[in-house]
Amino acid sequence: MTATRTRTAEQDLPDDRRTTYREAMREALRDALRTDERVFLMGEDVGRYGGCFGVSLGLLEEFGPERIRDAPLSESAFVGAGIGAALAGMRPIVEIMTVNFSLLALDQILNNAATLLHMSGGQLSVPIVIRMTTGAGRQLAAQHSHSLEGWYAHIPGLRVVAPATLTDARYMLAPALADPDPVLIFEHGGLYNLSAGLPVDAGPVDIDHAAVRRPGTDVSLITYGGSLPKALAAADDLATSGISAEVVDLRTLRPLDDATMGESVARTHRAVVIDEGWRTGSLAAEISARLTEQHFYDLDAPVERVCSAEVPVPYARRLEEAALPQVGAVVAAVRRTVGEPVPTGVDVPERHPPSGRSG
Amino acid sequence: MNATRTPRTARNTSLSNRQATAHRLALLESMLRVRRFEERCVELYSAARIRGFMHLYIGEEAVAVGVNEALTEDDAVVSTYREHGHALARGVPAEAIMAEMFGRATGCSHGRGGSMHLFDARRRFYGGNAIVGGGLPLAAGIALADRMTGRNRVTCCFFGDGAFAEGEFHESANLAALWGLPLLLVCENNLYAMGTALARHQAQTDLALRAAGYGMVSWAVDGMDVVAVEEAARKAAEGVRAGTGPHFLEMRTYRFRAHSMYDPDRYRDRSEIEHWKERDPVEGLARRLRETKELTDKTRTALENRLAAEIDRAVETAEQAPEEPVEDLLKYVTTPEASRP
Repeated sequence: MTATRTRTAEQDLPDDRRTTYREAMREALRDALRTDERVFLMGEDVGRYGGCFGVSLGLLEEFGPERIRDAPLSESAFVGAGIGAALAGMRPIVEIMTVNFSLLALDQILNNAATLLHMSGGQLSVPIVIRMTTGAGRQLAAQHSHSLEGWYAHIPGLRVVAPATLTDARYMLAPALADPDPVLIFEHGGLYNLSAGLPVDAGPVDIDHAAVRRPGTDVSLITYGGSLPKALAAADDLATSGISAEVVDLRTLRPLDDATMGESVARTHRAVVIDEGWRTGSLAAEISARLTEQHFYDLDAPVERVCSAEVPVPYARRLEEAALPQVGAVVAAVRRTVGEPVPTGVDVPERHPPSGRSG
Repeated sequence: MNATRTPRTARNTSLSNRQATAHRLALLESMLRVRRFEERCVELYSAARIRGFMHLYIGEEAVAVGVNEALTEDDAVVSTYREHGHALARGVPAEAIMAEMFGRATGCSHGRGGSMHLFDARRRFYGGNAIVGGGLPLAAGIALADRMTGRNRVTCCFFGDGAFAEGEFHESANLAALWGLPLLLVCENNLYAMGTALARHQAQTDLALRAAGYGMVSWAVDGMDVVAVEEAARKAAEGVRAGTGPHFLEMRTYRFRAHSMYDPDRYRDRSEIEHWKERDPVEGLARRLRETKELTDKTRTALENRLAAEIDRAVETAEQAPEEPVEDLLKYVTTPEASRP
C-alpha cells in the first residue's frame, strides 16, 4: 500500500472557486445523477424540502421525483429498499438525516447490506451508498448529535468514509458509487458551512488511503471528519511554541490505512488520536491498539486519545463544548506526549477513563 | 422452474383434461419433493450430519409450490429462514441445497449460509433472510428497481404471521402501496410466531383485512389447497403485472413440525396438530387425484422412487463434495479486487 501525501488541496491549488462543503456535496450528487442513470437519491425530505441540511436543494427540479425520491419516515424500509434496488442493478444513494436515526435502519445495514455478499457465497453484491450526518456542536442535544461512525467501522463488509474537506466532499462520492460493496459516508454537521476554494478537477479522490493534511516531525495528530479542523488549529497553536505536529486525516474509517498512520508515527514517535466518538470502545481505541501492536518500539510516549466525554451530548452550550474534543485538550495531550508541562488553566481531560457510573 | 410447461397465460380451466392432469401431478410431485427432502433432512439432522438452526416447511408445501406457478424466470423471490420449500419450488437443485446444509463448497451459498440462508442469484432467489421481516424492505427495493427501469417483473416476498408484528412489514407495505411497486406479498400465516399464537401477538388477527388498510388488494387463501393457492397467486400476480401495485395474500396454513429442530413444541395441543394434519396439502391432493383416477398406486410408487433417488443423489454428492478451504474464510466479505470494475 502506498500512502497518499495529499496536502490540503485548498491550500496548495489555485483558489479556483470559492464554495461550501454543502455545495460541494450537492455538486457531487448532481454529477453522479448526470453521469449514471442508475443513480438515484432517496431519503426523508431530500426532494421538496431540499434536504434537511439543504444538501440536495434544487436537485428535484433538475432530476424529477423518480430520481430525487422523498421517502416516508421509515428508515428501515427505505434503507432496505435501497439495498434491494442495489441488488437489482441500481446505484442508490440513500440519505439518512442523522446517524442517530440510522439506528432505525441498523438491521438493514448490518444484517443485509454488510452481510449478503458473504452469506450468499459471493453471489449478491450490494453497491449502495448511504450518506448521513454525524457529530455535535450545534446544540441539538442527545438524539441528534452523536458520533457513531465507529460502530459502523466495526462491521466487516462495509466501507466507511468521512470527508473532512471540500475536495473530499466533492470527489469522494464517485469512487464510493463505483465500489461494488456498500459505502457509508459520514458528513459532520459542523462542516456544511465550511467555505474554501475548490479545485475544478481534483477528483476522483482516493478512498483507500488516509491523507497527511499537514506535515510535521514531533507528533502525529490522527483524526477524521469534524475533528480535522480542530486538529489543524491545534497544530497551528503548537507551532507557535515550536512543536511540529503532523496531521493525518483518516478519510476512510474502514478499512483503516495502517500504512499511512504507521509511517507517520515511525517519523514522529508520538501520537494523539482525536475522535468525536465516546472514548470507550472507540475508533480512537482501535487506532491506539493498532499503533501499540504495530509500532510499539517506534513510540516514545503512550498514545493519547482526545474523545468525547462519556455522556449523552447535552444541549447547553457550555456543557456541549465540555463534552466534545476541543483544541485546548488536543494541545494539552500533545504537550503530555512530548513531555512539556501543560500550562495551567487548560482544560485537561483525565488521562484514563473514570471508573464506575460515570465511565 | 415451474412444475409444468403450460403457458402462463392459460387458465387451468382452459387446458385440456390431459394437460390439467399433468399439471396437477406436477404440483403433487413438487410438493412431495419438498416433503421428502425435509424428511431426509430430519434424519440427517438427528444423525448430526446437518447442524445449525433448521426450520421445516412440512405442512406448508402448497404455498411455495402454488405461488411459484404464478411466477416466471424473470421474477424475483425473497424468502425467510423457513425456505427449503421456496428454494426447491423455485428450481434450486436439491443437490445444491443439500450441499449447503452439509456446509460444502458446492452448496448454493458456498457453505456460508446453511439452512437459513439459501441463495441462487441466477434464479433470482434472493435468499433466506433470518431476521423476521428483514426481507420485506429488500423486496420493495427490488420491485422499485424494476419500476424505475420499466421492467415488467414481479418480486414475490414470503414472510410469516410473526413478521406482521415487525415495523418492517408496516413500513414496507406503506412504501410499496404509496409508490405502487410491483410486489407480491405472501404472508404464510401458520398461526404461530415461533411459539406465540396469532391471537397472542396480534390485536386484529384478520391479516388480509389489515393489509387492505394500506390500500393494497388483499385477500385470504386456503393455504392447504395448492390449487386454491395457485389460482390466487396467478390472479394477484396478474394484478401486479397490470401495474395496479402491490398485492397481499394471506395464506392460511400450518406447520406440522415444531418451529425448529430445537423446539420441544410445548405450546400447541396435539389435537390441534392432528386436526391440521387431516388437511395435509400433499396427501389431500393425492387423495383427490386418486378419486378422479388421475393418480394410480403405480404412478405414486414411481414418483416416490424417483424422488427418493433424487434425494439419495443429493445426499451422496453433498457427502462427497469438498469442504470450503479455511484459507477462503475472508473471501466474500468484500468484492475481491480482481472482480471490481
